[in-house]
Amino acid sequence: MNLIRQLTEKPWVPAQARIDDQHRGGAFRLPAATLALRAFLAVVTVLFTLLILSYGTRMEFEDWRPTPPLRLLWVNTAILVLSSLAMQWAAVCARRGEIDGVRNGLLAGGAFAVAFLGGQILAWRHLNMLAAFDITNPAIAFFFLITALHGLHLVGGLVAWGRTTAKAWRGSDIAHVRLSVELCTVYWHFLLLVWLVLFGLLFSGNDNLGVLLTLCGLR
Amino acid sequence: MTDTAPDTINYEAPAEVEDVELYHPKSFVTKYIWSQDAKVIAIQYALTAIAIGLVALVLSWLMRLQLGFPEMFSFITPESYLQLITMHGMIMVIYLLTALFLGGFGNYLIPLMVGARDMVFPYVNMLSYWVYLLAVLVLVASFFAPGGPTGAGWTLYPPQAILAGTPGQSYGIILMLASLALFIIGFTMGGLNYVVTVLQARTRGMTLMRMPLTVWGIFVATILALLAFPALFAGAVMMMFDRLLGTSFFMPDIVEFGENLKYGGGSPILFQHLFWFFGHPEVYIVALPGFGIVSDLISTHARRNIFGYRMMVWAIVAIGALSFLVWAHHMYVSGMNPYFGIFFAITTLIIAVPTAIKVYNWVLTLWRGNIHLTLPMLFAIAFILTFVNGGLTGLFLGNAVVDVPLSDTMFVVAHFHMVMGVAPILVIFGAIYHWYPLITGRMLNQAMGHFHFWVTFLGAYAIYFPMHYLGFIGVPRRYYEMGDVAFVPPSAHTLNEFITVAALIVGFAQVVFIFNLTWSLFKGRRSERNPWRATTLEWQTPQMPPAHGNWGKELPVVYRWAYDYSVPGAAQDFLPQNLPPDQVAASAAKP
Repeated sequence: MNLIRQLTEKPWVPAQARIDDQHRGGAFRLPAATLALRAFLAVVTVLFTLLILSYGTRMEFEDWRPTPPLRLLWVNTAILVLSSLAMQWAAVCARRGEIDGVRNGLLAGGAFAVAFLGGQILAWRHLNMLAAFDITNPAIAFFFLITALHGLHLVGGLVAWGRTTAKAWRGSDIAHVRLSVELCTVYWHFLLLVWLVLFGLLFSGNDNLGVLLTLCGLR
Repeated sequence: MTDTAPDTINYEAPAEVEDVELYHPKSFVTKYIWSQDAKVIAIQYALTAIAIGLVALVLSWLMRLQLGFPEMFSFITPESYLQLITMHGMIMVIYLLTALFLGGFGNYLIPLMVGARDMVFPYVNMLSYWVYLLAVLVLVASFFAPGGPTGAGWTLYPPQAILAGTPGQSYGIILMLASLALFIIGFTMGGLNYVVTVLQARTRGMTLMRMPLTVWGIFVATILALLAFPALFAGAVMMMFDRLLGTSFFMPDIVEFGENLKYGGGSPILFQHLFWFFGHPEVYIVALPGFGIVSDLISTHARRNIFGYRMMVWAIVAIGALSFLVWAHHMYVSGMNPYFGIFFAITTLIIAVPTAIKVYNWVLTLWRGNIHLTLPMLFAIAFILTFVNGGLTGLFLGNAVVDVPLSDTMFVVAHFHMVMGVAPILVIFGAIYHWYPLITGRMLNQAMGHFHFWVTFLGAYAIYFPMHYLGFIGVPRRYYEMGDVAFVPPSAHTLNEFITVAALIVGFAQVVFIFNLTWSLFKGRRSERNPWRATTLEWQTPQMPPAHGNWGKELPVVYRWAYDYSVPGAAQDFLPQNLPPDQVAASAAKP
């Protein structure tokens, strides 16, 4: 869809009407669910971008106290990568029409996602037990807030995953589940990407975002 | 404005739609309560929004009673006054205007106007309403919670919003934040539906540029809301963390009665940025659907095609984009860098350009039009006047140097009530008078309608014009009472009494309006089909009111834009969007 071209059309001119009469109605050659997912991903991107900006703004204050990086987060990150890979496997199998592969991929993807959530809760407990734990420390508060919101989005994804898995189990008609599997996979990859950005900028080392801010001339 | 020459068009046969696409209700409960039909959901949204809006209206009467006649009403304490202003503001902006424009008009009009059977995800649409209702109930619950609702002001600025001394600090603020988070979740479900329906579910021939401006306004406002609400969501969740878990996102070091509080190191300004990054687009979330609806009302009731349709669309898109670049003009007194202020003053003034284009185009549509002073038209004209008034004071306040002395005065209250209170609500009234026959099959009573219009329109000016003056002389907003201060002359008190009396009269007119809505439902004159002789698709359904599924077996096919009024050579003074060209020829051939 060429937005500029569409917005400059003159709908009242007869020549344009001849073209418009052939229009089928949809703006994109996409299923509605795919477009809705993309729009939703844009909304989620705004949310996490604002959180990162808030974090960065707060870092600029003199009294910023970083938290010790948690090694466990590396393990969790690896688990989330595996989860995403498993979902990708399911999506590839769905494209090839192999229902067994779809089922296995979905199961593994879901299991790794649950494991990731468990790992995040474990990370919270680790942080809670540190001597440096202080809830008024913004770095710690941001860690809880951002990981909780990311986790909640994954929980929401697991609801869709549950419906898709149930569908894949009930019937062997691969065409019926293909779109659902693909959309779940896209969502999984997106949440992985969000996590990698969050982990890379905020939670793997305390000055990563600082370096970025310096590069942008904001520091 | 001529339409396509009929002999040169090979139009396609209408598309038949398989029955399975549509969800069919099987019982009373699934038809009217757990309904997935966008039209029913729209009415549910509208009734809920109007009900909670009436609560906010009563709150405003109580505020005005206190301001007009201080020390006369012992049940209004300084604390309850703050609770009144907070709940009035929040309910009106979010739970009434946003919900009514997008959830109400969006749900009713989008599928009908683009020629779809329903929203693309009816189940999610239903969930959207029920989550919204839950948000409203949580908000209402705060009235009954110990300590009452929050009195932090509708902007909920920390640190005071969650500190002792602010009314509702114990439960009110928690319920308010929870309610906002729920509202945003519910809205996101609905909003995705509106956007995808507009993009993907239009009927054959309905290009983007053939859509009525109402759909454009609601569409762009929904995109704004989807992108702006996450900021409020983040702010609400963070403040909830501060209140419940003791984090200090927004809480600086605070000494209270000589004691250090557990908080420390947070930034209250961060909340202001998040709030206004949502808050300013929110103005346009409310205004853009209004702009769109008013364009259609004016065009239909002046029997004239809208002047500068393309420019109207561009202006809606441009205003939408610019609305994300002006938020800090609400924060000139927050101690920001003056250069920062200059940037936001400039962007604020720039946004006046597309807005002014829209106003000129409305006026030029009226120019030499065949103006019918119907109730929708009266409200539309009243909107233009009011919006210009409120917009001009916005130019004052957009400049940092003027804003600083006027900040937190009644001038600001008068400004934003004119521009985003009275103006959008006038559009809502106009829209209800316009589409009531479509929704119910009956016309609203004219006499009661005229009473409602004139009292509301003139009364709004009686309330808000003097309020500008109060602001100029320095009367601050959010003050329980002024007491005896040298800079406020006795005339200001008289003026306050006058404003209160005017507000109560305008409030009474709204009761008449609500009575009219109910009375006309049973006793109103039965409306003929398409009573305003409008071109847009919602009036062209096989049944009126539109039945479940909107259209018969076949979806309509669109042959022209939405504004073919008074086309030279045509027998009728309007050509519906789905009128096939060969029938235009037939009607043109008649003497």
